[in-house]
Amino acid sequence: MKINIANEQDYSVITVTGRLDTVTAPDFEKECAACKETEAQRIILDFAALDYISSAGLRCILAMAKKIKKTGGSVMLCGISGLVEEVIKVSGFDSFLPIFENVEQAVRGEA
Amino acid sequence: MAGKQDQRIFPARIDVIPEVMDYVSHAAEKAALHPKRVMHIQLAIDEAMANICNYAYQTPPGEVLVRIQDKEGHFMVEMIDEGIPFDPLNMEEPDTQVGLEEREVGGLGIFLLRQVMQEVRYRREGKQNILTFVV
Repeated sequence: MKINIANEQDYSVITVTGRLDTVTAPDFEKECAACKETEAQRIILDFAALDYISSAGLRCILAMAKKIKKTGGSVMLCGISGLVEEVIKVSGFDSFLPIFENVEQAVRGEA
Repeated sequence: MAGKQDQRIFPARIDVIPEVMDYVSHAAEKAALHPKRVMHIQLAIDEAMANICNYAYQTPPGEVLVRIQDKEGHFMVEMIDEGIPFDPLNMEEPDTQVGLEEREVGGLGIFLLRQVMQEVRYRREGKQNILTFVV
């Protein structure tokens, strides 16, 4: 798994490549702590290059979304396909996380 | 894989999960399973192993026996540990319809395993927990 974090003016993009599973989830959590923390923060998770996610990955996303929501911010997902899309949808995570095609659309907030 | 059945013992440790996944994925590919099904098996192994590694043994790490069977078009995996008796299928399923605030963190692993497998069974035999899943 590879993680890249880009902190912009009013949002952060976290790009995850590879697999987010039981083994890699602790690293994901650790690295995401480096995200700039601001009021009403927007975090865009770019999963276009993510091949695989398990419940350990879902737990990280849930914890992140709960924390961000408390400060008035939000977590958005984009670029999901294949198994990642299946897992997100079957778990009902699409009911509380907005999902976009790509980062540009997530930034503009357009579905 | 020798014939249509094979088994191997692994230490029940999180860092060993990729090894178990490779072992089972390789057999699944040999059995000509669709790549999507192979991903489902990987997910099932990931969730079942995480459960065993985190909860089965009071003095970790114990061991887990992984048995693979490819019979009559069904690919079956058995995960056997000698930890405390624990039926993961008895756990309450998470409510996937509630909003972010009410959403709870636990129970997702076994839920996912059940979603992607055709059949999941648990039985206790002597000192063993036996979790079987079929794709």
